[in-house]
Amino acid sequence: MNLKAETLAKIDEVITHYPVKRSATLPLLHLIQEDMGYIPEKAEEWIAAKLEIEPINVYEVVTFYPMFRRKPIGRRHIKVCRTLSCALMGGYKTCEQFEKEFNTHRGEVSPDGNVTIEFVECLASCGTAPVVLIDDDLHEKVDCAKAKQISDQIKAEAKKR
Amino acid sequence: MADLEQRRIIFKHIDEPGYSNDIACYVRNGGYEVLKKSVLRKPDELIDEVKKSGLRGRGGAGFPCGVKWGLVDRKSGKPIYLIVNADESEPGTFKDRYIMHQDPHQLIEGTMISCFANNVKQAYIYIRGEMPHGARILEKALAEARAAGFVGKNICGTTYSCDIFVHRGAGAYICGEETGLIESLEGKRANPRIKPPYFPAVLGLYQCPTIVNNVETLCHVKYIAEFGGIEYAKIGTPNNTGTRIFCVSGHVQRPGYYEFEAGKITMGQLLNDVCGGPLPGRKFKAVIPGGSSAKILRFGERYKGKRKVGADMVDYDWGVEDVPMDFDSLGMVGTMGGSGGVIVMDDTVNMVEALANINAFYSHESCGQCTPCREGSLWMKKITTRMVHGNARSEDAALLKSVADQIPGRTICAFGEACSWPTQSFIAKFGDEFKNYPESKKAVKPAEAQTLI
Ligand SMILES: Cc1cc2nc3c(=O)[nH]c(=O)nc-3n(C[C@H](O)[C@H](O)[C@H](O)COP(=O)(O)O)c2cc1C
Ligand code: SF4
Ligand code: FES
Repeated sequence: MNLKAETLAKIDEVITHYPVKRSATLPLLHLIQEDMGYIPEKAEEWIAAKLEIEPINVYEVVTFYPMFRRKPIGRRHIKVCRTLSCALMGGYKTCEQFEKEFNTHRGEVSPDGNVTIEFVECLASCGTAPVVLIDDDLHEKVDCAKAKQISDQIKAEAKKR
Repeated sequence: MADLEQRRIIFKHIDEPGYSNDIACYVRNGGYEVLKKSVLRKPDELIDEVKKSGLRGRGGAGFPCGVKWGLVDRKSGKPIYLIVNADESEPGTFKDRYIMHQDPHQLIEGTMISCFANNVKQAYIYIRGEMPHGARILEKALAEARAAGFVGKNICGTTYSCDIFVHRGAGAYICGEETGLIESLEGKRANPRIKPPYFPAVLGLYQCPTIVNNVETLCHVKYIAEFGGIEYAKIGTPNNTGTRIFCVSGHVQRPGYYEFEAGKITMGQLLNDVCGGPLPGRKFKAVIPGGSSAKILRFGERYKGKRKVGADMVDYDWGVEDVPMDFDSLGMVGTMGGSGGVIVMDDTVNMVEALANINAFYSHESCGQCTPCREGSLWMKKITTRMVHGNARSEDAALLKSVADQIPGRTICAFGEACSWPTQSFIAKFGDEFKNYPESKKAVKPAEAQTLI
């Protein structure tokens, strides 16, 4: 496990927040996923050893919570809200626009590796539907034109790398 | 329209130009003064104020907050925990987001007063995983409050100490259910616990007495500690005290959040006068008044009965537009105020397709422990999706109803009810639309109609 020193420090700190170490399972998974991009199997074993629990205890958590992933994804993660208020305002079209822009399908890494597009459930911003969460940032009222504009920006940034 | 003024007590500073989420701005606006005064009072006195206020929980169930605090086992000798439910995941609900992002210290102050009142030494804010900025803002705000002596050791120079930590979820709706949340905070799958015996007030986090309250509820506590329970109870209507934040989404001209005195505004005033009415050229068809689990109301239907006004019983005969927006009135018309999420649908929406969208949500979010919920939510999704994308049959309405009817009352948690109510109410109110769907789906759709599944 090649974790950044900063991640290791945060891990040791966050464990002190709880009287029972196992409670730090979700925080550790978040920290490791932020550091490595996903949760490899060896991370599950590492967390288990760190928190003095069994690897299965970590595995069952990783497979329960939608935000944790056991495989790498594209460089940017586009999560389009699928739930009713967003769908009523055109969320499905927004998702299709992103799929078209990156020549991919929801749930897959785009061929150029730039993005992974996903449908997610209500993001608690239904008043500014349709909404899209890209990595950590929420984008509001994303109609097809705005989806195209955001896609162009992502592509331009990818070219510069 | 003077009576349609918002009464912003919780959202007072939301979207205020120049208002920022740092402690300096909060203190400049009188922040933490209530905490300073509260820690000099007797904890029981504060609990009493909350009882007198009539405050009902804003997370969904509307359970009286003072009663909840009264149920806490204080004799066990175990520590008492408080958890702020910041999981905000009920579709249609988006109020806690703005409190946490724009006014985090209001939540921290309300939480700390509640902790002091209940002799809590450790609290956690359980925030949904999809709000990473919210978590960072809260962490920064907590660090500021700790440095200023409002959180942590010796609060406001007293002998009372209590810390608050932020805990992030990871995308599962069921973490909003209080016992699922507790399991998740213990580092496990969020499988809700069976009650009895696992009432949080007795056997909650780490098998210790635990209080779980919604973000907004705790902000109301701060207001109650400041002005007193009796004054608070003068806001709103009897048994529905204080303000309510309505989150309006879907087909209205001005969606958004609006804070009004509970029960002092009707659905019609909210949707027409405040939110600007339907989109151009359209008509309202249906509204879900309290988050996606709440039973749907159909425009054009009437609700009749007797209700208490003061000491008298009076007849009422309401259309959807006439229903006052409070827990009891919405309960009387067969639905609920829930979390305050009002989802509006106009005449471009096909009800089979809208239900298919909702069913996909519940099927995805069932934790899977109880067979009726896991299988029932899946089959309701499969049937409605098939109706839209495959072969629809007129007998599907009856089939859907029979699946939905077999879930409630047979599950560990209230998700069982939550996932069956949409199907039950859609079929009860739009039964013809379901029966005619095999024919009507062939017709040309209005240009504005959206794909919903
Ligand atoms: C399936 C389900 C989901 C829930 N989701 C939330 C939620 O996202 N946020 C919330 O505050 N309460 C939610 N609740 C209600 C909580 O279980 C609990 O009643 C609430 O946090 C209590 O706080 P209050 O009394 O202050 O409202 C949910 C309940 C159920 C059954
Ligand atoms: S009712 Fe559904 S969500 Fe609740 S415990 Fe049972 S399976 Fe899980
Ligand atoms: S339905 Fe999309 S944010 Fe709530």
